[in-house]
Formats: sequence, structure tokens, C-alpha cells
Amino acid sequence: METITNTLSYISIRNQESISLSKIPILTYGKFSTEVIQLMKEPQVHCVNYFAYPDGEILKFICCLADDKASDIKVFSHELPKREKMQLTSITREVYAFHIYEREITENFGVEFIYSPWPKPVRYAFNRADRSKVVNDYPFYKIQSEELHEVGVGPIHAGVIEPGHFRFLCNGETVLHLEIQLGWQHRGIEDLFLKKSALIQRTVLSESIAGDTAVGHAATFAGLIESLAGISIQDRLNIERTIGLELERIAMHIGDLSNMCIGLAYQLGASVFGALRTPTINYSQLWCGNRFGKGLIRIGGTHYPLNVSLVEALEKYLNNFERRFITMAEKMFSLSSVLMRLENIGTVTKTQMSLIGAVGMSARMTGIERDVRKSHPTGAYQKLPYAPVFDISTGDVWARAALRRKEIVASIDYIRELISMLKTNNETPAKPLFEDNIKLSSNLLSVSLIEGWRGEICHCAITNDQGKIQHYKIKDPSVHNWMALALSLRDLEISDFPINNKSYNLSYCGHDL
Amino acid sequence: MIFDEIKILKQHGNQFIPDVTKPQLPGPFKGRPEISAEEVNEMALASLCPTGAIGTSPVSIDMGKCVMCGECSFAYPNKIKFTTDYKIATNIRERLIVKEGDINPISIDENKIRAEIQSLFGRSLKLREISAAGSNADEQELNACGNVNFDMGRFGIEFLASPRHCDGIVITGPISENMAEAVQVCYDAVPDPKIIMLVGTDAISGGIFVGSGALNRSFLEKYIIDLYVPGNPPHPLTFVNGVLEMIRGKKKN
Repeated sequence: METITNTLSYISIRNQESISLSKIPILTYGKFSTEVIQLMKEPQVHCVNYFAYPDGEILKFICCLADDKASDIKVFSHELPKREKMQLTSITREVYAFHIYEREITENFGVEFIYSPWPKPVRYAFNRADRSKVVNDYPFYKIQSEELHEVGVGPIHAGVIEPGHFRFLCNGETVLHLEIQLGWQHRGIEDLFLKKSALIQRTVLSESIAGDTAVGHAATFAGLIESLAGISIQDRLNIERTIGLELERIAMHIGDLSNMCIGLAYQLGASVFGALRTPTINYSQLWCGNRFGKGLIRIGGTHYPLNVSLVEALEKYLNNFERRFITMAEKMFSLSSVLMRLENIGTVTKTQMSLIGAVGMSARMTGIERDVRKSHPTGAYQKLPYAPVFDISTGDVWARAALRRKEIVASIDYIRELISMLKTNNETPAKPLFEDNIKLSSNLLSVSLIEGWRGEICHCAITNDQGKIQHYKIKDPSVHNWMALALSLRDLEISDFPINNKSYNLSYCGHDL
Repeated sequence: MIFDEIKILKQHGNQFIPDVTKPQLPGPFKGRPEISAEEVNEMALASLCPTGAIGTSPVSIDMGKCVMCGECSFAYPNKIKFTTDYKIATNIRERLIVKEGDINPISIDENKIRAEIQSLFGRSLKLREISAAGSNADEQELNACGNVNFDMGRFGIEFLASPRHCDGIVITGPISENMAEAVQVCYDAVPDPKIIMLVGTDAISGGIFVGSGALNRSFLEKYIIDLYVPGNPPHPLTFVNGVLEMIRGKKKN
């Protein structure tokens, strides 16, 4: 701990705080990697973003490490002149969670990371440095044995879900290794954030990063823009946004429990949980017209204030939902035929999840106490502390199901507390702000973290001399967590893949951007 | 204990919507818009739209481009009003463009439906869904079409895994370059005669992703599209009603 507090190699900022670019320490790469390796040894530190962006003739690299105990984000950087051949020594060898960042930087800018253990493409971005690499020619691991075989699935899957390719290396029915190749969903969304400069365009884009996390990503975006523009929003708006976030969590968790029941062939659970998702997303429709909460989050204000009758409807929905949910969940989690398909299946350890930089549910289900709502709270989470579910740690499919069950109950209780806060709030709801009323300050970096239903969402933006966004960086929780699914499959029967996949329910488009 | 199950089933009740053509959606839902004759600064109105869906003289909204953010109706409430009419699927692209004064429902042109669609698929339609950079909102709504509420299985409409067993494809998402080949391969694998449906604004026009260098929509230029289902994402009722009207005609619904 001493080394962390005494060094001046980084600048410490709070979540959704903006800092002047000139204040970010620029280290030599040697010092930078030593610093990263040193800081990442602390269990409460994890990397929320590490990215490069071009600035004239220089490639700038920004690293943001979140410290869960200090509740801050440590920001530091290094630089590299743009050249034909750019090389850096890989940090991944020491800090495994850095693989995805380094691979992305290689893909986008052609920087080679020497000694990288896994220099594979990430998403085959349209503006990648090496156009000769194509999505249909991914360098999968190969096995050289006549007794082993490979199973390839995708990009189009059996169900109505997003595309991705899974390559299983198998010994009979047992999976030795699962390699996941993504990129099929790449829409160039970070580039569109620069191309489409109208605020409403960017807001709609943020709602489309992952359609199942429209509220989560839009709230992260809104927090970022409000920080860059120096806008402080009403308590009321913070409460309403938080209710939106927690409702999204309930809707997705209940849908996942239903899908997991389908995977188990447990029809009653599948139907009842599926039917319970309907009133949840229908409440969202009643509130803002869209079952996924699109339109709910706008900068500085809202088109859809939670008025008295909406609050009444929300309370009614919660009471009805809670009663039905608890009965069904008790049944499901007491059936031995269900439990035998959940327990000790697809187990990952706390150490593994910590090494890959897992966030959100994928971290919590192994006992890692990582939740932005507690470690880096903003808005209503700051005023009304949220107590995350930290008492599940078995790391198996059961843990992922049980965590959802507990988080649903926690969210219901938390929304009820938010409603009480809202009832004593006398502010007149503010209308959304648009271009005329917003000016982003120049030469800033801002980092915005929100705990979406899958886990930590991170958006970063850099503004230029004119206060225009020069670089926009998005990190969905799935970016790290896909590796958790791959690890879960090791030494598992291949027939256990579907239930494991459903138990993570990771985002393809959130990863592919 | 069996009593637990009985209690659960009692709480569960009857979830299915008896007549999928009838439900009313709540006020803020954005379906077919109506545009009044009120005079406004048309250029200012059009410039509000994030996807360029608003046309001028006369003012129009292209539902194939509209992402239903509603900003136009908040800024010009007397000019533009979104009704809760969710039956907005059609087989004619131009019919998605709602002009000033239009108050008629968006409908399917029965004369343009290929003859084999109603004769072959009227009682059983199996579909292969292709998410081609779909955001997972459209996909979830398509899954919801088969749940206990909307239950389109009762009409013989179902999503299947193998394109060989299917009568057509349903595309969601703006079609990324990286998925372009997979879309073609999957379509080719479906036996003739086969249909193509575009579900969601992203699929119909590219939506908010128009202008991205990561898309490849050339597949769509080669074939006739049998059904456009607009929405961001489309409501399950929009999809179910649109498909039913296409395969059975209006009367038999």
C-alpha cells in the first residue's frame, strides 16, 4: 500500500471526473510497465481501460486503473512516435488481464507487443492496421493428435442470438479448450461517436452499443458528457436513472434465469420466469414507451419524469413480481433435478477471475468483491449506499444462477428505497439539454464507470482544443468476461456448454463495438 | 411438494394473449406517427432527427429509418404525434414513409405478396433468424414472440436452427462486413421458395449506423424483401401481426 500512495507516477481522479490532459503523467514505457505491474499486484486494483489514440505524429496511450478501496481511478500514460514499425514489450506476460487491451492496440494501430503470449486479432475492426487479416481466417489453436477432434460452432448459432464462433478442442466428449472468436458484430461504433456529432445521435448510439444494456450504456455516456460539460444534474434525475438501471438488471436477470431453465429442460421455471420478464419490460414501456428503456436517458434531464401514477404502478409491479418470483425461485433452487445440473458445473476460481480482470457478476460469483456501485459510486448510489451481494463464491453455474436470484431481490429492495427518496423530493423535473446549452471543455479526459447488469461499463472520452470529442473509448463488461466462459469449459462435457453460455450471457456486440 | 407447483401455476395464471390483433399498448409507446398540417420551420424540424428520417415539403417520417427517439414530437408536439398503432409492418418499402396528413394504417399490399407465400406458408412458417450485427434488442423481441404471452407457435410460426428446415430468413442488425458472407451462405442454404424479412430499423435502413465503414449491405440489393418490420426494436406484436397478415391475408386473421 505504501508504494501506491507515495508515488507520483499517476494522477488520481474520481469516477466521472474530468481532468486536463496536461495533468496526466507521461512515463517512459519502462517506467509505465513497471508501474502497471506493481499496481496490479494489489487485489483491489483492476484495469478499467488502456487504449491508444493518435494525436498528430504521436500515438498516445492512456491507462486507467481503478482502486476499489481508495475509490479512485489512477491515470497515467506513455507515448510513441508513429512509425512504420512500432514495438513495445508486452505487459500481458506479467498481467494477464492486459491481453485484450494490447491485442486491440495491435489490431487498430499496428503496434507489435514483443513476447505477447497471445497476439491474436480481437474483432477485425474495419479500420484495422492490417487489412490482410480477415474474419474468416482466425488463427485458431490446432491440436496434433489423431485421437482428438475439434467442434466448430457459429458464427450463426442455433438459437435467435448474436453471432460468434466457438471452437472446441475435444477429447471424446470432454472439452480440453474452448477458443472464442468474436468480431462478427463489429459496427464501427467508436468511430461513429466521432463522425456523428449531434448529441442526440451520440445518445442513440450509446443506447445501441448493446441493446440489452441500453440504460446501462446510455447512463455511462450521459455521466461522461455531463462531466465534460460541467453539468450537475438533479437528485431526482439521479434517482430515476438508478431506478432505470436496477429495472434493467431485474429484467435481464429474470430473462437469464428463464433461459437457464430452458437449458436445463425445466419447463415450469422457463415459463414462469419468462412470464415475469414481461411485466418488467412492460413497466419500462409504460414509463418511456420502449421495453428496453431506450429514450429514458437524456443529457441533463428527462422526457419521462416518474410522476405519482408511474410510481404507484412501479410499486404495484414490484409487489406482484416479488411474490411470484420468490415462490418460483424457492421451488427451482430446492429441486435436486435442477441442482444437479447447476452445482459443480463449469467452475472457475477466484484466482482465475482475478487474473483475467473479470468484472461484475463473473467476478462476484467467485467471491471477488467488485462492484462499481460500492467501490466507485456516483449519483444515487452515493447518496443511498447499495450493499452488493458478496456472499456467493462457488464459481459454478449454480453460483451464477444464485447470484442473479439474490441480486433481483436486492434490486427490488433498493428500488423501494429509491422510491421513498423520490417521494420526499420536491424538484421540478428538468428537461433534457441539447447542443445550444452544452459546451464540452477543451483538452480533457473523462472516465465514466457504471455497474450495468453484466458488470462494469467504462466509457472514456478525450476532447481537443476546440472542446470536440477527439477520441471515444467504450469497454463493455463482456470484454474481459468472455475468457471466463472459455475457462469454465475446460475439462467439461461439451453438452454442458449451453447451460454455461446461458449462465454468463455475455454480449457479442458490446465486445465487437 | 406438488402443492408448491399448484401455487406457482395459480400465480402464473393464463399468460397468453387470446387475440394478438387486439391488445392496446400504453401511451408513451411509439408506433405509427401522424403529422399535422401545422406550419413549422421544416428544416429545423428535420435537423433534429438523428437518422435523417424526416423529409420536408411535405413533412414526412420514414419509419424504416426512424429510431423512435421521439425528439421531433417533443420539440413539435402539435406537428408530430406518435400513435400507439403497432401494426406497422409492410411489404412495400415506400409505405413506411408517413407523410403529412396520412392517418391511414400502414398495411401490406396483398397484390404484391408472392402467390406461393400464402399457399405454402399460410399454416406453417419456419424461419431462420440471422443476427447480422443486431444489438440483441431485436433478437430478444423475436424470442419474445414465441414466449407464453405472444405464443406465435400457435399460428405455426417458429424459429428453427437449420436453414435447411426453413422457409425463409429474418435479418436483424445493419449487416456488418464481417457477417456479410455468413448471411449469403445461410440464405443460399434455405430451400426455394424462400422469403426474406428485415426486422428492426437497423436492418431496414442501417438506422443510426448509416455511414459506418464497417457495414456491407450489398446482399439486400440482390433480392426482393418480403416484409419490413420497423421498430427500435420492433414490438413482438408488430412482428406477429405483420407476419400473420403476410402469410394469411387480412381476412383470415
